[in-house]
Amino acid sequence: MSGILNSSIGRKVAMALSAFFLMIFILQHFAINILSVFSPDTFNEVSHFMGTFWLIQFVLQPVLIFGVVFHFIMGFVLEIKNKKARQISYAKNNGSANSTWMSRNMIWSGGFILVFLIIHFIDFWFPEINTKYIVGDMSGTLPNGEFRYYEELVHKFEPIWRVALYCLGFVFLALHLLHGFNSAFQSVGANNKYTKGLKGFGKAYAILIPLGFIFIALFHHFNH
Amino acid sequence: MNLTLKIWRQKNANDKGKMVDYQVSDISPDMSFLEMLDVLNEQLINKGEEPVAFDHDCREGICGMCSLYINGEAHGPDRGVTTCQLHMRMFKDGDTIFIEPFRAKAFPVIKDLVVDRSAFDRIQHAGGFISVNTSGNTIDANAIPVNKHDADDAFSAATCIGCGACVASCKNSSAMLFVGAKVSQFALLPQGQVEATDRVMNMVKQMDEEGFGNCTNTGACEVECPKGISLENIARMNSEYLKASLKG
Repeated sequence: MSGILNSSIGRKVAMALSAFFLMIFILQHFAINILSVFSPDTFNEVSHFMGTFWLIQFVLQPVLIFGVVFHFIMGFVLEIKNKKARQISYAKNNGSANSTWMSRNMIWSGGFILVFLIIHFIDFWFPEINTKYIVGDMSGTLPNGEFRYYEELVHKFEPIWRVALYCLGFVFLALHLLHGFNSAFQSVGANNKYTKGLKGFGKAYAILIPLGFIFIALFHHFNH
Repeated sequence: MNLTLKIWRQKNANDKGKMVDYQVSDISPDMSFLEMLDVLNEQLINKGEEPVAFDHDCREGICGMCSLYINGEAHGPDRGVTTCQLHMRMFKDGDTIFIEPFRAKAFPVIKDLVVDRSAFDRIQHAGGFISVNTSGNTIDANAIPVNKHDADDAFSAATCIGCGACVASCKNSSAMLFVGAKVSQFALLPQGQVEATDRVMNMVKQMDEEGFGNCTNTGACEVECPKGISLENIARMNSEYLKASLKG
């Protein structure tokens, strides 16, 4: 195992593993958020559980933060290394003849997702951490005794500019996943006659999950 | 056909190099791309100028010597062909054609359009072989049963001619399609199993030392490969590498 992360394939695999972890996280994030459309009470209860259960807060949350930071840093490191592998550019390069825009521009879609994530953290995660661990209010309730999570969510999606910003972020997420999903499987060696169905599933995941997030944002904006 | 050619000219490895414009006329659509360059070179020699240096050997798509990045694509706009098999009928009268060397830090330019692809040779030396006793007692390869699918896939991988179009086309200058093919052609066969662990570890190590970039699975290499080498070979190399790493 020694030195595997120093090799080109080792770095590919590390990127893929962090991507798998983040794709599973996005799926569970979506599964919880969609509850806000169908059942605000269930959304409140699940959000309170996720926000207070020690295993999620102190084990899975740090792992998630590590996964996000690792994926971004490794992405930028690989981009710099790859740029160095061709010191003189072509006078004419027809990249669209042999590859998709998404595959050639992962660093840009990833960069926009990073900007979106920072805004998302400022909107939701930092206030949450402040309320629970700095103010010390672990109750998850408003002064009237009701859970605060659904009310906070709806309140955030009132301004149209934030809804538009989130929709744009999800479009970049879709573009990133359209290449990233199948790329991750390729990186761990899963591209053979047994994995043909993965390509279609990957495209469906890359389009439907971001579309679902867009639906949630629009739903709360236009229903309140 | 009358054409304007924009060709990379570079006197030697240390020269900075630049694109130079040339005009060629009365080019037959039935000529190969290299024959068109032959016409240009005759023209230059007759004028007392230095001809354009470019690599070629068999001129029938087998040797892998010809290269060239033509109008932004390795081996030009046709699919499944090397530059020597590219016909001028792929272009139109009056076209401007950009002709550049394969670009990669690991493929330094020697002169004009000629690049040094010996990095591929060094990767092959690192493990792209099987050790067989050739004292006269060698078992006939046909005596060893091989699954038909595996035999077909191994043969497909072995059709790689090592031209370097994969590296030239990849936005990261990655050599993983070449190395993937060379690892796969043995990984799929019983004869390749004995040295499988060392082979993939040593070839990937050499590939990294040569300064090729990291594969990001854009698939450009597969599209531009004149022999249609599949991305599945890269996936196979990745899993072979992971297995070998876990073995230690």
